Amino acid sequence: MLRILEFLYRLRALLLFVFLEIIAIWMVVRNNSPQGAAFFNSSMALTGSMLKTQADVVGFFNLAEENQDLASQNAELLQQITLLTPYDSLSEEGLDSAFRASYTVQSARVVGQTLRLTQNHLTINQGSNQGVKEGMGIFNQEGVVGRVKTVSNNYAVGISLLNTGLLVSSKIKSSDVFGSINWDGNDPQYAKMLYVPRHVLASQGDTVVTSGFNAIFPEGILIGTISEVAPGEDQNYLNITVKLSADFSKLNHVYLIENTELSELDSLYQKAEISDEY
Amino acid sequence: MNIRNLLSYLAWGIILVALQVFLFKNLALFGVGLCFLYIILILHLPINTTPISLLLISFGLGLVVDIFYDTGGIHAAGTTFLAFIRPLWLRVISPTGGYDEDTEPTLQEMGTGWYLTYILPMTFFFCLIFFFVDQWGTLGFLNILNKSFFSSILTALLAILVQALFFKRRRGIL
Repeated sequence: MLRILEFLYRLRALLLFVFLEIIAIWMVVRNNSPQGAAFFNSSMALTGSMLKTQADVVGFFNLAEENQDLASQNAELLQQITLLTPYDSLSEEGLDSAFRASYTVQSARVVGQTLRLTQNHLTINQGSNQGVKEGMGIFNQEGVVGRVKTVSNNYAVGISLLNTGLLVSSKIKSSDVFGSINWDGNDPQYAKMLYVPRHVLASQGDTVVTSGFNAIFPEGILIGTISEVAPGEDQNYLNITVKLSADFSKLNHVYLIENTELSELDSLYQKAEISDEY
Repeated sequence: MNIRNLLSYLAWGIILVALQVFLFKNLALFGVGLCFLYIILILHLPINTTPISLLLISFGLGLVVDIFYDTGGIHAAGTTFLAFIRPLWLRVISPTGGYDEDTEPTLQEMGTGWYLTYILPMTFFFCLIFFFVDQWGTLGFLNILNKSFFSSILTALLAILVQALFFKRRRGIL
């Protein structure tokens, strides 16, 4: 017995090493599964506030460009409002529950993010105190950015679109063909559009937008443009490369969008026994 | 190690981690060369540090960086591996006559030639583990090797640069 203990004692470094490695790998696996929340992440109060201070300093130098973008987006929105106002007078409005706005939008700032890994995340300066919930979509005026994963009191961590684990339901705008946008881990400017069958006519330059099928994003938020179409390795599908419209190296202001009917949809899916991994 | 040494290690550690998470996090040379300068904290601990404390310090350090990177435990896996192979590699490349007690394996103490044979394989193995855990079969082994190769060279270069610029005295840190 003493011999065994002595033997184990001599191996203590190796045993501790194996133990710590197992913990580390387990945490990675926990962190990468879409449902599992990480124990330690940058939404914690201390790290969040440190990242925010950094973002404040860096953001100061981008203010001019940021203002320009916001002004042009304002102009676009104003134009849309003028297009929409005539419909206000329709007497049916308000009677049908389908007219109810099913999405709420709030703005936030990205205070920290990674770009160079295969599982990239971003930190946002809004948390549960400001009404942020897990599963909300993140986008900016340029296009889709990601999805909220974990929320703390004043910060939230989102899965970036540049994360091999995130699938975004999408469609080619001109032909209404559906597919899934998934990043392949290579170039932060390009992603792949999966599950587009071979008979579809997709051409370079076509716009790809969200499909509205996965209940995070409403229909029609820009994702990118098709930059290359090739026959895929799998004979049934095309290999489509999409140039992402969002510039992830310059993320600052983003919008968080919540589907207010998500719980209803979820319970419906559950009743119908459809597993919906949004 | 006396209290003064300990404090300067702590200060140096905070500086390096801050540099890592605020400056080097999204820096990538040609998209393949990442910089993990903070691992020289582990590499520069005195040679007579016991393996157990080395492992625990490295794991803690990796975890702190992981929190800022939102990577779960990728850095921790890398640094723990680094701490495990450090004594083995130090034994392999020990100069004739062995090391002095309490030596820190730094550029100033050991000379450029020895330091290169020390830091290059160590950073390479760290990067290998890091990218292996990060990519987990999504991109293939060649991509991992490619990234590890350039990242380790960049990290080693920066480590040498930092020491050449900021460490004038022969003994001690800071």
